[in-house]
Amino acid sequence: MKLRFTPIMALLGYLFLYGPIISLVVYSFNKSKLVTVWGGWSTKWYAELFANQQIMDAAKLSLKIAVVSASVATVLGTMMAMVLVRFKRVRGKGLMGGMVTGPLVMPDVIIGLSLLLLFVAMQSLIGWPAGRGLTTILIAHITFNMAYVAVVVQSRLSDMDDSIEEAALDLGASPARVFFDITLPMITPALVSGWLLAFTLSLDDLVISSFVSGPGATTLPMVIFSKVRLGVSPDINALASLIVLAVSIGIIVSALLMRQKPK
Amino acid sequence: MSEHILAAETKPWVKGTDRPFVRIKGITKMFGDLAAVKDVSLDIYRGELFCLLGGSGCGKSTLLRMLAGFETPTGGAIEIDGQDMTGVPANMRPTNMMFQSYALFPHMSVEKNVAYGLRREGVPKGEAMQRTADMLGLVKLDGFARRKPHQLSGGQQQRVALARALVKQPKLLLLDEPLGALDKKLREETQFELIRIQEELGVTFIVVTHDQEEAMTLSTRIGVMDAGRIVQVGEPREIYETPNSRFVADFIGSVNIFDGEVDVAAPDLMRVNTSEGPVMCEPVAGLTARQKLHIAVRPERIRLSRTPLEAANTMQGVVTEVAYMGNLSVYRVQLPNGQCLKVTAANGLHEDNPITWDETVHIGWSAAACRVLVK
Repeated sequence: MKLRFTPIMALLGYLFLYGPIISLVVYSFNKSKLVTVWGGWSTKWYAELFANQQIMDAAKLSLKIAVVSASVATVLGTMMAMVLVRFKRVRGKGLMGGMVTGPLVMPDVIIGLSLLLLFVAMQSLIGWPAGRGLTTILIAHITFNMAYVAVVVQSRLSDMDDSIEEAALDLGASPARVFFDITLPMITPALVSGWLLAFTLSLDDLVISSFVSGPGATTLPMVIFSKVRLGVSPDINALASLIVLAVSIGIIVSALLMRQKPK
Repeated sequence: MSEHILAAETKPWVKGTDRPFVRIKGITKMFGDLAAVKDVSLDIYRGELFCLLGGSGCGKSTLLRMLAGFETPTGGAIEIDGQDMTGVPANMRPTNMMFQSYALFPHMSVEKNVAYGLRREGVPKGEAMQRTADMLGLVKLDGFARRKPHQLSGGQQQRVALARALVKQPKLLLLDEPLGALDKKLREETQFELIRIQEELGVTFIVVTHDQEEAMTLSTRIGVMDAGRIVQVGEPREIYETPNSRFVADFIGSVNIFDGEVDVAAPDLMRVNTSEGPVMCEPVAGLTARQKLHIAVRPERIRLSRTPLEAANTMQGVVTEVAYMGNLSVYRVQLPNGQCLKVTAANGLHEDNPITWDETVHIGWSAAACRVLVK
């Protein structure tokens, strides 16, 4: 007998993946203050959420860090990928290629701790960065995001036919022009997905941020985590639902954009 | 020999007084310990369509890439139109290249692809567009200007690549397996198209190919390469009729090779003992008795008959295979010692009772048909 993929199987799969998220969204409209008891429909937790200055500040900070770190990491990661793929005869290239994946496999705790130690040592040696806060979180996020972007762009670059760039060079374009006219447009999809990946990772990061953050710089995951330790409050459900909504829109938009592009 | 004198006037490589347009002087390219190109020297003249022919890995593409400036020679120098190219980057060279993969810019329209080189040169937009349109006309692609490369067929993409390489009117056009990706019929049409364009524009072409038929059809001269070296340079007829080594004879066209040694080197006829029996050839100067050599005989130089033949060399064999090719038939004739010879014969009109499988036949060829090869 041949195994067949039935609609029931698909349904079970979707349920497994999205069941928890659906229940979270449903409970965000719960009237009751108790998270586990259904008390009828209400949107009051959304109102409460927007009134909560602490959460709003943390959300703004997290978005700021995510946008800046993703953008800087995209530039640095692309440069790194270019060196790894396109430049022949770079000293220590093999070692660098191996090391670039380091932050991907290293436990967050270790990255966070080592960055904290570095920042403390730097402060006592050269006085910068002064204290922990926004700057140190940014540096930390750029560090690990750069590795992710480099890996994404690297794979795209090595798939690309070298002779396309050579053709542009042959037609009289300087190496810099070749990069901006030919290479950049061709790796744009990789840059977009690298940026989105970096943005998500930054927005999501709790462990590394906790290590390198200081007073006054509390990101959204840190706020949520500290609130949840005191018991889950329904306004966190509302916040989480909003994040799910934002992410869904992002995914749908990027999918539409990708589909528009021929091939 | 008036024919020779006439020919020399249009063939600078025979005349030898013109200054070569491209001079390759002792070029070597090492990749690590591996020599891809070994001490190649070559002179190519203005207006030539020169083919570099060889199997894969023989170094022909590496040589072409050194001309374009994508690879730096380990030793030697390249001169184009009297200018030394050492240290000149690819974007500053008076050459353009057509890539094997065509390497069209996928995010640009056909028009933008072709105009790209002109725009980089600083040609004003209006003029660039005009020249682009002219060039697209030349390669018969008017009406395709706004398409993207992926909306074109392989043959059309190939012509865009050619237009893009030609539009800057380079002194030297380098073509890497230009017809490799086309099917047979399209390839044959495009060959003549290439020759037409080359003659119309008077650009010097250097073509890299592994296809000996293509090289034969296209070129003014062929440089046969093997293991990083040029083994023979000559006009197609020269390469085919008088190969200078067993390798070239075997690589260009099909050939029957007899291995043997000199028996008697008489002044009028030379006898060579082979495992197929004695073969009579025209004498070659500088050979001594018992010297080992190869004799190459082209299949079309061997006659095939049911009745005994009058020829300097005659043998008998059994037809083991007949391949009907339309204009001619290829026969495999097995000799008594087991070796098979290839013989081709033109197919006559309404030939009754043609020679067929398992027939015992007489074959024969003249002493002049034997090409004696020492290498």
